[in-house]
Amino acid sequence: MNTTIWGFSRPQVVALLVMIALFVVAPMVVYPVFLMKVLCFALFACAFNLLIGYAGLLSFGHSAYFGMGCYLAAYGAKHWGLSAELCVLLGGSVAAVMGLVFGAIAIRRQGIYFSMITLALAQFTYFICTQMSFTGGEDGIQQVPRPAVLGLLPLDNDMAIYWMVVGVFLLGFFGIFRIIHSPFGQVLKAIRENEQRAISLGYRVEQYKLMAFVLSTFIAGAAGGMKSLVFGIATLSDVTWQASGTIVLTTLLGGLGTIFGPVVGAVIVNTLEFYLAPFGSWVTITQGVIFVACVMVFRRGVIGELGAKLKVAL
Amino acid sequence: MHINRRALLGTAAAAAATSLPLVRARAEAPSLKIGVLTDLSGPYKDLAGPQAIQAVYQALEDYGAAAKGLKVEVISADHQNKPDVGAGIARQWYDREGVDIIVEVANSGVALAVAGVAKEKNKVYINSGAATSDLTGANCNGNTIHWAYDTYMLAKSTGGALAKAGGDSWFFITADYAFGHALQRDTTGFIEASGGKVVGSIAYPFPGTTDFSSMLLQAQNSGAKVLGISNAGTDTINTIKQAKEFGITMTLAGLLLFISDVHALGLETAQGIVLTDSFYWDMNDRTRAFSARLQKKFPSGRPTMVDAGVYSSTLHWLKVAGDAGVPFMKGSGTEVVARLKAMPTDDDCFGQGIIRADGRKIHPSYLWKIKKPSESKGPWDYYAPVSFTPADQAFRPLAAGGCPLVKA
Repeated sequence: MNTTIWGFSRPQVVALLVMIALFVVAPMVVYPVFLMKVLCFALFACAFNLLIGYAGLLSFGHSAYFGMGCYLAAYGAKHWGLSAELCVLLGGSVAAVMGLVFGAIAIRRQGIYFSMITLALAQFTYFICTQMSFTGGEDGIQQVPRPAVLGLLPLDNDMAIYWMVVGVFLLGFFGIFRIIHSPFGQVLKAIRENEQRAISLGYRVEQYKLMAFVLSTFIAGAAGGMKSLVFGIATLSDVTWQASGTIVLTTLLGGLGTIFGPVVGAVIVNTLEFYLAPFGSWVTITQGVIFVACVMVFRRGVIGELGAKLKVAL
Repeated sequence: MHINRRALLGTAAAAAATSLPLVRARAEAPSLKIGVLTDLSGPYKDLAGPQAIQAVYQALEDYGAAAKGLKVEVISADHQNKPDVGAGIARQWYDREGVDIIVEVANSGVALAVAGVAKEKNKVYINSGAATSDLTGANCNGNTIHWAYDTYMLAKSTGGALAKAGGDSWFFITADYAFGHALQRDTTGFIEASGGKVVGSIAYPFPGTTDFSSMLLQAQNSGAKVLGISNAGTDTINTIKQAKEFGITMTLAGLLLFISDVHALGLETAQGIVLTDSFYWDMNDRTRAFSARLQKKFPSGRPTMVDAGVYSSTLHWLKVAGDAGVPFMKGSGTEVVARLKAMPTDDDCFGQGIIRADGRKIHPSYLWKIKKPSESKGPWDYYAPVSFTPADQAFRPLAAGGCPLVKA
């Protein structure tokens, strides 16, 4: 158990290899565009999990950063003709700047008040998106082209963009993993466990929280940027509070504070949404039932429970 | 019975030989596939949704697809009013399910997203449920046709025709977002062109406003004859209900209102409202015959103009499929759409019509007034005709839309 590779424990390495193997095999069986959507939301959920799972901050307005990432990347690709990686970076950077401002306001309060402030600021962002002309209001930014990576590698083929999405996802995933296992991440966990003690030990708790917030929003924005390139649209549905709620559900379902939990959660939630689409209103009903079942029966989420059974941290 | 190995092999070979032509026969007549992408759980469920799916089956039945040897499958899905979900389903349908045409798609955001996918995959897409006139304007493409109505048609008929019919001073209550302002701006243009004037307007925060009382009182005090309700869905319903409660005496003009909304409101509340529809089930013998047929499949409602558009567009596509054959319909979407545009339309819902180069289906639009409960003779007897706009004037002129397809 003590041997680690880049901070990954042995079970985590096994899980990681299984995950990567699935990324390679899955597009032969499952529809690649659907897989890309899952990956975008998985990265978004990982970013959210960085805050709630490791810093104990429940941001109830994370869709604002994801959605803004969507809009900016779409706008960059459509109107400025930026290349794909710049679009994703632009989405992430703008979300991070927003995260810096919103985070600085929100971290002054704790617990439910923190959540409410993030929700309020996200609603504020939603309002801006309905009003500003660059977002296209109700219609969103439509028919966004898929620019080439570095202006060289075209992404018109679904498989080409799939590998780019896998790449960005793994980059984000490793990034988050390194953050969690760095000294910085250890301090975050200390703050989560006992904020008063962390303060008494001399840590500037607010700065750590703010940094975690900015990192999380950057990754969320990049995930959003990827999504808008995959689907060629950026719309209001990504900035709604319902989207924030879905990402909380995704993370809870997979397992709070586990590395792989948000990924599994994203697979489950998106699969339900996708394969239940022909049954109409059953999507929302099923999501509700699963959410209740999760809270009642397996509180640690799928991966959390699995890890507890196997006595390993996944 | 004695069976030797040779006899066994012989029968096996014979069986294989006889089954071969069967396999080939099936391969020769591949079936066409229609995808109905609609709202099955949200605010547009009643104006499209399950009834629109039945309208597709009705079109198959009326065309007699089975009798003509045309195999057509129908699949449907709920876009949940999320453009990304809708675009995702459309992509998957075109890519994997072998869907040849997507119909319906209420919700402008989803509609525009699907238009992009249809163009990218070079398939066919006929929209009936969305309002945005951008589908045949700035965002038009050679794979998309817009059937039943659009915002221009609504604004022109409700604004222009109503102003001519005496409603010459207006006050607007407008949802404060792009769609609300666009509707108000377009309608204002037609009111002024018809000699009317707008005496005032008030924008309210969208979404989330449920109390319209102060705006309604301001509207009443303005002395205008007509109250333009420049919003959609539940906001419209709330505005109308509260106008009734406050005893507003102005003529209410619903700029985006369907017969299913009127049914939900009830005649007691909805009476006197003026609205535009390009189809009403009780309009003439043909529409009544169509509605009676559809009612057997969907007894609880009457077709809206969206359902009628889905029926009419599917029927037109089937007629072309009957002429051109399955391989052509499965081929290039732009060629199929060009063929659809080349043939004049004729059906029970909209009568005779044409499809313009920009993809706009052309037919007359009608201005209706909701009957008083005492005037209504039976269930769903809601509309009384006020005036109509002939087909050649009902929609935006071809040159004014800014559609790139028109330049040539």
